[in-house]
Amino acid sequence: MKRALPVVIVALAALLGAALAAAMLDLPPHAVRLPGAVAANLAASGVAHPITAVLLNFRGYDTLLEIAVLLLALFGVLALVKPHAAGAAHPAHPLLQTLARLLAPLMVLVAGYLLWIGASAPGGAFQAGAVLAAAGVLLRLAGLLPTWAAPNLLLRVGLALGLLVFVAVAAAVLGHATLLTYPPALAGGLILVIEASLTLSIGLILAALYLASTEVRP
Amino acid sequence: MSATLAFDLLLIVALVWSAARALTVADLFRGVVLLIVFGLLMALAWARLGAPDIALAEAAIGAGLTGALLLDAVGHLRAKREPGA
Repeated sequence: MKRALPVVIVALAALLGAALAAAMLDLPPHAVRLPGAVAANLAASGVAHPITAVLLNFRGYDTLLEIAVLLLALFGVLALVKPHAAGAAHPAHPLLQTLARLLAPLMVLVAGYLLWIGASAPGGAFQAGAVLAAAGVLLRLAGLLPTWAAPNLLLRVGLALGLLVFVAVAAAVLGHATLLTYPPALAGGLILVIEASLTLSIGLILAALYLASTEVRP
Repeated sequence: MSATLAFDLLLIVALVWSAARALTVADLFRGVVLLIVFGLLMALAWARLGAPDIALAEAAIGAGLTGALLLDAVGHLRAKREPGA
């Protein structure tokens, strides 16, 4: 009986694989040509880069939910750590500290560039936020930042800002049309406001996922 | 054989090799380092496929931040296994 179990599992997995492959091969050709649709509406989106247009305008709803999921993940992490065990910054090697002090402003500059260039070339809020978060992790490793196990009010506002601004804009344009359908004249400005607040919040959330760790190891 | 084709083939082999090693290696620390290597190679692959946006996200989030988080987790596990060390 015990010997037969793996064989049965492998057979069932192979059957599922074959069914999936058959379903894949059976798919009808695309009913909608998405690249063409995006290119046709790019002029009205407020940005010149198709990926940013899809993420922030045509499918802004997905991005709104993504930032909400990120924030929820951080809530989960913060619920797990013990704020009483919060440790202060633990100074690392002076060389690492100097390097981190030199690199952190440059990384903020790169994040700003990625955010700005996102309107017309590869870049955008998530990439810029990731660079910001990397700067935070680097400063933590160099012992220049305390743990964020118990974020203060200012930090909490920063963490939630992206979602709040996104929801506020979504609600503001609700009178104009449907959810997250920007008026074309304002689209560029609105997307920039959303992306700037998203960058800050994504950077802080991703960094906080790491900085919420209470233990300090040199 | 053109240089780009040779590069692509090398990239494919390195991707599969690093993925297999990351899953099979016994030492957790080595596994995480191999996952970071895999992430960076994957970013290269996305760039070769003409998707610079995904390449940027993969390099920053997939390799960088996930790697940092996993290394942190490995450190926690080691500290738990060797109390006082």
